[in-house]
Amino acid sequence: MQIDWLAFSPGPAFFGGILLGIAAALYVILHGRILGISGIISGLLSPKEGDVSWRISLVLGLLSAPFLGSLFFDLHTSSVIDAEWIAIIIAGLLVGFGSTYGSGCTSGHGVCGLSRLSPRSLVATLSFMGAGFLTVFVIRHILGL
Amino acid sequence: MMRRHFNFYSQYLIGVLFGFGLIISGMSNPQKILSFLDLAGNWDPSLMFVMGGAILVGLGGFYLVSKRTEAFFGGALHIPTRRDITKPLVIGGIIFGAGWGIAGFCPGPALVALGAGHLKALVFVLAMLAGMALCNRFFTGHKK
Repeated sequence: MQIDWLAFSPGPAFFGGILLGIAAALYVILHGRILGISGIISGLLSPKEGDVSWRISLVLGLLSAPFLGSLFFDLHTSSVIDAEWIAIIIAGLLVGFGSTYGSGCTSGHGVCGLSRLSPRSLVATLSFMGAGFLTVFVIRHILGL
Repeated sequence: MMRRHFNFYSQYLIGVLFGFGLIISGMSNPQKILSFLDLAGNWDPSLMFVMGGAILVGLGGFYLVSKRTEAFFGGALHIPTRRDITKPLVIGGIIFGAGWGIAGFCPGPALVALGAGHLKALVFVLAMLAGMALCNRFFTGHKK
């Protein structure tokens, strides 16, 4: 193991993490819900009455964050997407299916679940972290892509 | 009615705040996620600091809410109570993790990158919606 000191950014990472935690805490205190993005999105696919507009509000917030960030805080959204188109499609399908089947993603299980000491979320987080490490290892170091 | 509107603005602003957190922490960047997942390569441990910061605050927030019986804006708390470890939990996690490792995107950051205007993020989100619909269509009844 060798650490990429040039890319490593503990300060912004920790500060950004604190904002994520504040958002998750505000969400559960004010709205009584887990800030789990996959669940909030997938609920839009089988809409129930009175259950749609709040989900859309939150999604619109995420979508407009880059614009508002650059407008008010000089915040630049960096997003370097190296994966090929076909890989993007396969990854999207897996992420959508897996997060729905496993009842959550990095936000719902990772941030919120671990914060409320849920054993289910710990197991889910270990599962997707482990699979993520393994997948990157296979792609980069075995297949050499 | 006022309260209803306020509820939506609040949800919107929390979405914006979460998006800012992802942008500032670098998690809206798939390249940075993949550098974290690449333990055998040039490793970038930043994601651990993101999780650390988020959970530090989250612990306090969820502790406060554990003392309450309803949300501040009214209505019941929708907090999962299950504690059983099930196959779908693990299998779903593994499938999600594999997709995460392929492109470096999970749902939140994908939406932020879509908002920043990346065409690949749009394609990812559409495929993700299809994956979710597939799961809802064929596996919801078995979700144990």
